[in-house]
Amino acid sequence: MSFQPVKFYQTGTFTVGNRLLPPEERSVQSQEKRYNSINSGHRACQGCGEALGARYAIDAAMEATNGRLICANATGCLEVFSTPYPETSWQLPWIHSLFGNTAAVATGIAAAIKVKKLKGERRNIRVVAQGGDGGTTDIGFGCLSGMFERNDDVLYICYDNGGYMNTGIQRSSATPPAARTATTMAVGPEPGNVFGQGKFVPAIAMAHEIPYVATATVADLRDLEAKVRRAMEFQGARYIHILVPCPLGWGTASNETIRIARLAKETGMFPVFEAEYGEVKSVVAIRHPLPVEEYLKPQKRYAHLFGKTPQVEVIAKLQALADRNIKKYGLLDGGAR
Amino acid sequence: MFQVRIHGRGGQGVVTAAEMLSIAAFDEGRHAQAFPSFGSERTGAPVVAFCRIADKEIRLREPIMAPDALIIQDPTLLHQVDVFSGLKPEGYILINTSKSFEELGLADLVRDRPAARLCTVAATEISLRHVGRPVPNVPLLGGFAAISGILKLESVIRAINDRFAGKVAAGNVAAATEAYNTVRKEMEEAAHA
Amino acid sequence: MLKQMEGSRAVAEAIALCRPEVICAYPISPQTHIVEALGEFVKDGSLAPCEFINVESEFAAMSVAIGSSAAGARTYTATASQGLLFMAEAVYNASGLGLPIVMTVANRSIGAPINIWNDHSDALSQRDSGWLQIFAETNQEALDLHIQAFRLAEELSLPIMVCMDGFILTHAYERVDMPTQEQVDAYLPKYEPRQVLDPAEPVSIGAMVGPEAFMEVRYLAHAKQMDALRLIPEYAAEFKKVFGRDSGGLVHSYRTEEADTIVVAMGSVLGTIKDVVDEMREAGHRIGVLGITLFRPFPIVQVREALRRAKRVVVLEKSMAVGLGGILATNVGMALAAKPIDVYTVVAGLGGRPITMRSLHALFRRAEKNDLDPVTFLDLNHSLIAKQMERERAKRRSGPAAEAMLRDVGVVAAKLA
Repeated sequence: MSFQPVKFYQTGTFTVGNRLLPPEERSVQSQEKRYNSINSGHRACQGCGEALGARYAIDAAMEATNGRLICANATGCLEVFSTPYPETSWQLPWIHSLFGNTAAVATGIAAAIKVKKLKGERRNIRVVAQGGDGGTTDIGFGCLSGMFERNDDVLYICYDNGGYMNTGIQRSSATPPAARTATTMAVGPEPGNVFGQGKFVPAIAMAHEIPYVATATVADLRDLEAKVRRAMEFQGARYIHILVPCPLGWGTASNETIRIARLAKETGMFPVFEAEYGEVKSVVAIRHPLPVEEYLKPQKRYAHLFGKTPQVEVIAKLQALADRNIKKYGLLDGGAR
Repeated sequence: MFQVRIHGRGGQGVVTAAEMLSIAAFDEGRHAQAFPSFGSERTGAPVVAFCRIADKEIRLREPIMAPDALIIQDPTLLHQVDVFSGLKPEGYILINTSKSFEELGLADLVRDRPAARLCTVAATEISLRHVGRPVPNVPLLGGFAAISGILKLESVIRAINDRFAGKVAAGNVAAATEAYNTVRKEMEEAAHA
Repeated sequence: MLKQMEGSRAVAEAIALCRPEVICAYPISPQTHIVEALGEFVKDGSLAPCEFINVESEFAAMSVAIGSSAAGARTYTATASQGLLFMAEAVYNASGLGLPIVMTVANRSIGAPINIWNDHSDALSQRDSGWLQIFAETNQEALDLHIQAFRLAEELSLPIMVCMDGFILTHAYERVDMPTQEQVDAYLPKYEPRQVLDPAEPVSIGAMVGPEAFMEVRYLAHAKQMDALRLIPEYAAEFKKVFGRDSGGLVHSYRTEEADTIVVAMGSVLGTIKDVVDEMREAGHRIGVLGITLFRPFPIVQVREALRRAKRVVVLEKSMAVGLGGILATNVGMALAAKPIDVYTVVAGLGGRPITMRSLHALFRRAEKNDLDPVTFLDLNHSLIAKQMERERAKRRSGPAAEAMLRDVGVVAAKLA
């Protein structure tokens, strides 16, 4: 499947199966014989962005490797909802070890496969590692950076929902400023999460100059599939960071997940791009620029900004963050830099 | 069991000397155990290494507190560290220096000790001449073979060739041989004196 | 082939003969020489195919080992001291998942205060981690135990720590009999994993288990460890057949026949104790020593049997259960429950304090007269402690204790004895 140029605005969604297209241009998920790497019946919440993102990402990786894929999974929602003992949703070889070591476990698998291949005992098998933002940007960051730095042959996918949702919505280093979590309550003179520099791991991954880094959202699943496919064309360390709204943690309606994700991208709050060897190669342009309020308002985690006296200064600061992204990644002109 | 304690400074090959001594003894079919004083010392710091030689398995793991022989690779340690601690009354002392025991201020210490077991040799100069570097450890092993008679010079040479190769090995063999001959000569002179 | 070599090098050569497929390494004294040598073998092609991975922490080392073992590769790593603690979460995970990783622990103390010297605090802190733990007395045994460890780990699908005293063994040059590749190949079969990540037969490993089955899964780990008590003597006997020497096993008695006093210990200090026992036997003392080779699973029946006729037992251990006394002693005590035997705990050699024959002679003679406290600290400098306690009584802000005590002692580290 090449990344098809046909525009689907008229359908109102980017997620369509594309059955209007010739079969070779259809998305992986639209295929009758898709891998279904994560079977139905798992215990994710309604409207879970992570479940959706993982389904598209892993199926695309399976497609790219002809099903010769092993998955390492960090502790977190994805791990818990997919493997309630004695059941499992995973239709591929899958291992969960710990919260903070997934990149290293994947390194070990890749090393084992390399040796077994040299011995002629196994054919080529690729490795994907995945975790939430807590398992990636916080507790698993050391192992992730080590895997990047050694350029181990692993695709690491981070499903970023901006907090520790599995443990009850606590702040992570990926929680955006001003957002309310259980550990950044909307009380006191500066309610919600602090304004810091944040920890945008895609940029840190790029600083390791690994072969491939990309961001994506569950609003544009064809883009996500294409990026996973592109990632599998490289040998070495690769990183895809997917924004996955969490209805429970963000206080959004279950049927709003995709729209919220799209608003994150359209407001510039979440830049969507891909980079090779430390250089940005392409960005997905903002189609209809929107003020950040459009993204913030539907989310209860920002409700304190829109009370009787709207927190205009805080909203302005968030707008400044979005504007910085727009300028930095050239989101309005499609990255023409 | 014969126990040797080697004193020197980090960078002088103190630990290597003990290890080579154990290899030389092993070459002669004996049991030997060499071990360092387990420190995290940096270059220049006082370092101690140990070697036990015996005709049966060595089980003892304590540091050598009552040595049969002392090899002192750096005479500047003499007044810093109690290098003579626990040395047996009939023990051997070999010091890397061009000075005599009297000149080192050790006259009192050696007065009641058997003269044939005390020796100094300018090992640093010898190694500079043959190896081009101030590493006195290997020539001192040659000197130790001469003074103690515990090991043959040939075993020391085999241990050198086990550890080093090419020019470095050849230089060290020459240095050990010269030190061996120097010490033998000194001992003969002392015997005739 | 007989060789005179460093313990670390001997272990590295033995590991290489076991044909490991993935080795991960993170530097910490005193295990570094082992992985350095293995890194060299991989790099120069003499150990191939094998992946040698320089990781960013011990936690990553054990995690990489978990991944590679789960993918079916024979996997090795080594650590010590703080490194073992840093990887502790993954240590438990490896055994919980039933992955037969072999790890050398070059035993070293745990800080603070930071100390690089030998004792058994590191390994014993992980005694309940689900790993088998074997302690080597000599470098020959360390080398042999690694070969047996791969066989045992892979048969049981459980990880094994081979413990050898840091510096005292790892850095000691002594005689070892290095086996041939043919011998090791004859002894150690190819690794056939019970579980493997394989696209042809996809499995999920590491699912969440709730109260309905957790106890049973954990019990299975216990049952498997107990099974090791049966397998280890078998494998040691087979080892003797192939390699021609006794190595491994559960416990080893030395001159315990008609002994009133039996000393119990682990690791390299057994050699020093045996020398003391020989001298005391010569002087007419009825004393012997029991060496514990296997610490986990604890060979409780064999220990009980070995100590059955003793009037008193002196457990000399390089570890301490703070606030209780001994760790090994507590385990030995369980073997002797309901037996009318005095068990003395002696904590010795912490942080590299030399355990000397002279001190042991005095200690054992006091034990024979039942003149020991239930818990004794060998060669403790009581005046040094009294001074510090006085300082703390006199002044609220008495300052950092270790630094003040070092000033009192007045020497820098690495005193002779």
